[in-house]
Amino acid sequence: MNFRTIFSAATALTVVLPAMMGAAQAQTQVQFWHAMSGRLGELLDAQVAQFNESQSEYEVVATLKGNYSEALNAGIAAFRAGEQPHILQVFEVGTATMMAAKGAIKPVYEVMAEAEEPFDASAYLAAVTGYYTTAEGEMLSLPYNSSTPVLYLNKDALEAAGLDPESKPATWPEVEEILVKLKESGSACPLTTAWQSWVHLENLGAYHDVPFATQANGFGGIDTELVFNGDLQVKHISKLADWAKDGLFSYSGRRNEGGARFRSGECALFTESSAGYAGVKAEADFPFTVTNLPYWPDVEGAPLNTIIGGASLWVMSGHEAEEYTGVAKFLTFLSSPEVQAQWHQDTGYLPITHAAYELTREQGFYEENPGTDVAIKQMTGKEPTANSKGIRIGNFDQIRTVIDEELEAVWQGQKDAKAALDEAVSRGNELLRRFEQSAR
Amino acid sequence: MEKRVTFDHRLLPYLLLTPQLVVTIVFFFWPAAQALYQSLLLPDPFGLSSRFVWLSNFEYLFNDRYYLEAFTTTAVFTFFVTLVSMSMALLFAVLADQVIKGASTYKTLLIWPYAVAPAVAGVMWLFMFQPSIGVLAFYMKAVGVPWNPVLDGTHAMTLVILAAAWKQISYNFLFFLAGLQAIPKSLIEAAAIDGAGKWHRFRTIVFPLLSPTTFFLLVVNVVYAFFETFGIIHTMTAGGPGRSTTILVYKVYSDGFVGQDLGSSAAQSVILMLVVGVLTIIQFRYIERRVHY
Repeated sequence: MNFRTIFSAATALTVVLPAMMGAAQAQTQVQFWHAMSGRLGELLDAQVAQFNESQSEYEVVATLKGNYSEALNAGIAAFRAGEQPHILQVFEVGTATMMAAKGAIKPVYEVMAEAEEPFDASAYLAAVTGYYTTAEGEMLSLPYNSSTPVLYLNKDALEAAGLDPESKPATWPEVEEILVKLKESGSACPLTTAWQSWVHLENLGAYHDVPFATQANGFGGIDTELVFNGDLQVKHISKLADWAKDGLFSYSGRRNEGGARFRSGECALFTESSAGYAGVKAEADFPFTVTNLPYWPDVEGAPLNTIIGGASLWVMSGHEAEEYTGVAKFLTFLSSPEVQAQWHQDTGYLPITHAAYELTREQGFYEENPGTDVAIKQMTGKEPTANSKGIRIGNFDQIRTVIDEELEAVWQGQKDAKAALDEAVSRGNELLRRFEQSAR
Repeated sequence: MEKRVTFDHRLLPYLLLTPQLVVTIVFFFWPAAQALYQSLLLPDPFGLSSRFVWLSNFEYLFNDRYYLEAFTTTAVFTFFVTLVSMSMALLFAVLADQVIKGASTYKTLLIWPYAVAPAVAGVMWLFMFQPSIGVLAFYMKAVGVPWNPVLDGTHAMTLVILAAAWKQISYNFLFFLAGLQAIPKSLIEAAAIDGAGKWHRFRTIVFPLLSPTTFFLLVVNVVYAFFETFGIIHTMTAGGPGRSTTILVYKVYSDGFVGQDLGSSAAQSVILMLVVGVLTIIQFRYIERRVHY
């Protein structure tokens, strides 16, 4: 083969290939940027492939953009450059940021209405969608992966400490008794947690009907102020601080670093997202129990419901109507009972529709996998109040960091709970005022 | 007589300078001007609207005692990173300079860490010293050393300093070794004949003659500790526990790219730029006087 044949072959390729690709692109493309890596990413890709095969008009292209913060950043940067995707997955703490960006997003209810897709907001679980819905009941983004905190217990560790391996402590005082016994039997880590702010402040408040912030936790407006330094929170954090001092509670890190310590058997009790179930089940070589997040029995009306964490899908503005029809069809597909039920069962995330929950129950999944329905019952058992609908505040990612910093000072014994929470509230309020200014 | 090469063409020098100037303008002056402009704005994350707020971003920063704390943290971090990496590199260079057998192998191995990306270096150190998964942390626990960088700020600081210094040792080592090899052997031999011991020779001849290298490395290491250690902090501690390892450049990142507060982030970059500028001027004015070229 001489130079000339290579050259003509190359020319042929450059001319023909785009033409072929052009034919393939007769389908309308829908860009979907997400933050689901590893096993979750595979499951997401499978959903997308299933959608693409189910019809021929639209093609959804899913792209992993890093972790939640990175995906949100990529979306924002792309929007600034006019290259935004159609669908962007944003974690729950980014909700207020997205809501404030009115010109950058296209509310889901609007997308559905314009595409004339059948859409019934009441088919969705209010406890899940409430986080992403306006006061008027309009759904702004579609919940994709939502979870809620639960308590995991290592049955072997309980037995080794002479406790009933089947025990399911419902309250924090009951947990304390167990922790003391575990400690006496030589456990180096009776209790640890993931996502301390989410579990031990945000959900603590919702669970006991105590506000995290004013203006209905921020749902009522952006002039909200943090109030998580109340008596209940101080009492709870003080208790954890005492436990940390006595070796009953061992801090693992700001995110879910505690997961590895629970799965390896080092820690006996673990407060973590219900979505941690898949990982524990896959890796732990000991039997375990999943039970409700404990509560304080002396608080009237407790326990209420817990709130969600996770992410939702936002539709971004600035695209063609035809493409939005594709988006609407994809969102309908994701909400269908079969797809939802499968996702729920594979990952431990909550189903977002009543139908998916019913389907999972009919399939006998909860009986075969005890503990998998704890989260959804805990979420939906009670009618949510203004304090337990969710939290919607600006600069939330930074505020969580502030809370992490202050709590770390408590676990180290440098600050008492009251001082740390007061400080976190005042620092957080400054961040809220800054958000209010920039969103004006 | 000195032989001078001159160019008659008037445009040629400018033409020869153009590539460097273009690079400097595009990659330094333009972004710096952008940062300066951005620091006076309070934009929303999506860039849909932004307000001109004069110096209120700066005002906000200087009223934030945690921002001022980050200066102290950065000073401690920079001081120790520079000290540890330069002294270790000098020690290694002096030792490597004396080795005869397998010298090139030693030198090659000592240069390797420089090729490791900061984030990767951070993860490697984490695998050794993270309290629940770290191999060395496991043994430290076994022999009873209290070690918990997840919760203890001093431990965390020590860890990031070690990792950051380790990564820079190779670079310093290269320059020190070259510096050592440039010192005329005759000087050292003459001193030896006069009866000066090893340490005496090092203190009075080698170290002073190395001073241009040392000075250059001081500037480079300070800049390194200020800016390039971001990846190490990000992967190892994310600025925690508490705020104990939040150095200035990490705060620029976390406010700008995690918090979406681009106005404050830009203001912090401007301050950082000024700080490093001032530090470099101080170094050139006061320390360079003690350098013998």
